[in-house]
Amino acid sequence: MKTLAKFLTAAALSTALLAGPALAAGKVKNAKDIAFSFEGPFGTFDRAQLQRGFQVYQEVCSACHSTDLLSYRNLGDHGGPEFPEAQVKAVAAEVEVQDGPNGDGEMFDRPGRPSDKFKAPFSNDNEARASNDGALPPDLSLITKAREGFHYPWYVSPFIKMWTGNGGPEYVHAVLTGYTDPPEKEADHAPEGKSYNAYFAAGPWISMAPPLTEDGVEYSDGTKASVDQMAKDVSAFLAWAGEPKMEERKTMGLRVMIYLLILAILMYLIKLKLWRDVEH
Amino acid sequence: MSGHSTYEPKNPLAKWFDKQLPILSMSYDFMVFPTPKNLNYLWTFGGILSMCLVIQLVTGIVLAMHYTPHVDMAFSSVEHIMRDVNYGWLLRYIHATGGSMFFIAVFVHILRGMYYGSYKAPREILWILGVIILLLMMMTAFMGYVLPWGQMSFWGAKVITSLFSAIPFVGDWVVTLLWGGFSVDNPTLNRFFSLHYLMPFVIVGAVALHIWALHIPGSNNPTGVSVKSGQDTVPFHPYITMKDGFAAIVFLVLFAFFVFYKPNYLGHSINYEIADPLKTPEHIVPEWYFLPFYAILRAIPDKLGGVLAMAGAIVILFFLPWLDTSRVRSAKYRPIFRQFFWLFVIDVVILGFVGANPPEGWWITVGQFATAYYFAHFLLIIPLVGLIENPKPLPASISESVLANHPKGEPAAQPAE
Repeated sequence: MKTLAKFLTAAALSTALLAGPALAAGKVKNAKDIAFSFEGPFGTFDRAQLQRGFQVYQEVCSACHSTDLLSYRNLGDHGGPEFPEAQVKAVAAEVEVQDGPNGDGEMFDRPGRPSDKFKAPFSNDNEARASNDGALPPDLSLITKAREGFHYPWYVSPFIKMWTGNGGPEYVHAVLTGYTDPPEKEADHAPEGKSYNAYFAAGPWISMAPPLTEDGVEYSDGTKASVDQMAKDVSAFLAWAGEPKMEERKTMGLRVMIYLLILAILMYLIKLKLWRDVEH
Repeated sequence: MSGHSTYEPKNPLAKWFDKQLPILSMSYDFMVFPTPKNLNYLWTFGGILSMCLVIQLVTGIVLAMHYTPHVDMAFSSVEHIMRDVNYGWLLRYIHATGGSMFFIAVFVHILRGMYYGSYKAPREILWILGVIILLLMMMTAFMGYVLPWGQMSFWGAKVITSLFSAIPFVGDWVVTLLWGGFSVDNPTLNRFFSLHYLMPFVIVGAVALHIWALHIPGSNNPTGVSVKSGQDTVPFHPYITMKDGFAAIVFLVLFAFFVFYKPNYLGHSINYEIADPLKTPEHIVPEWYFLPFYAILRAIPDKLGGVLAMAGAIVILFFLPWLDTSRVRSAKYRPIFRQFFWLFVIDVVILGFVGANPPEGWWITVGQFATAYYFAHFLLIIPLVGLIENPKPLPASISESVLANHPKGEPAAQPAE
């Protein structure tokens, strides 16, 4: 199936090249395809990668981006990064959460608990905009499902995307690694404080400065923290954040498929036996 | 179904009950209902559709227990279902994918009716009820897509409800009524949720009438020749129930493939972004099953004209039984119509692609030609072909056509042991 997907992708890319000029006009660049461990009908998340991705998220992304749909407890959930319980508690306890009102009607701060939602860096959108030169850093909970990294010509798109998906995780990786100097003709009217990124959906000018630098984080498992590696890890982490029940879904899917196929065969045999004596 | 039931309860309690409410004899009649023995697998889609309706009802009722119809909470309540409700992800993916599966099945069902002339006398009412069900399904699906309150939910709702403003004199009033205010907002979401919950039960009622109307003349069949004798039929149970059951399981394999492996393939990525009334998406497109009609809407450069054309594309189906001048039902015996039937299918697929792409450049021209052809199919081709065409000779009966399929000296069926 992987080979077929590769073949279809190659076919699409070559047609895309032929249709080049029409496609290039003001379009976003296609994200580079990455062989993530969670692709395909049997793919699962790589725990170590999710844990590294969380580290990148925690140390870099979460300074500006919220992830409202995650709770700290999710970090220990089956099918996710599966951090040990003590570590989940420690991560949660690092933030101060406002709670209350208490018996005196006062709001108070307390250390976070695993049941708390991820603490957002800003208390509201306006504060987020004010701190980021007017740009709103989007919530990352569903970013890998809401964005598409792959764009194909209309006559192949529905068929290829059946295999490749929309390329949401690839999109995140492409944006994180896709900062370049602007082409000369664009450089003259570069908006102030913005960077050039040909992969950015609302681009090519992006308000986010290149967030990753070589060895920007120090991985405890000894993995070299190259920009590409960190981008892959955090994309995988965000893919899990968007679809935390993916492993459960695929496991159940396999069982359901096997069940249905056996049932279909039995039903067919019953039907054959029943209709054998009827001319039809 | 015509005439008195042959069912006579033996048990005195059943006798007493059935005399007052003949639901037992009705069920019995359904079980033994004589059904043409030459039905092909396209006839299993009626049963598949009933299954789809039940799946949507059951998953939808449970989803409604966890969903919050409020603009500030709808989006996150859907994600709450996906993340925190036990098997919530399963319920939601079944319900979302189920909408598409329902439409796949209904399109096959309708095209089967068109190909084999199932809409012709004595089944016009049956056909009309079917078109009504299609309309109800479209309304239900449209309102259901608004409920997650993503970007496409919001902007889809805005575009489609705004169309009603094209109605002369009362248009603006109708739009305000649909919105419950002066923009798509919380009252809109509330009434859409209420109606999305109500409509499926209206569909259940219409389906009951549809099945009732089916049991008066009985099923059409691939030859289009009416049932002549008991030789032509088999009892509904077990012959059709088991065959339908097999087909339904195969359909469920397709269904499960999407639910478990491609749950978001049939939706729009951008609907995973929360609705923002200040940020218009680059392309606003409806769900795939609306695309051909969306293409027809946009093919007419005038707003009211577009709305009328889109509505006309469905309304024209009501008149199909009277637009068709041919007395032969099945396309099997109509060599010219058969080719036009497939051209019509291709035309609808083209309209689908047109609807999915931005109305620029040659897409506009293609959309206009395909729209013209859509209406020409019903208004010109169907009436004329029926007059010009020389149909092939019909078999004398269903049994005869079945025997003709099996050459002599080669018994198709093993004799009973």
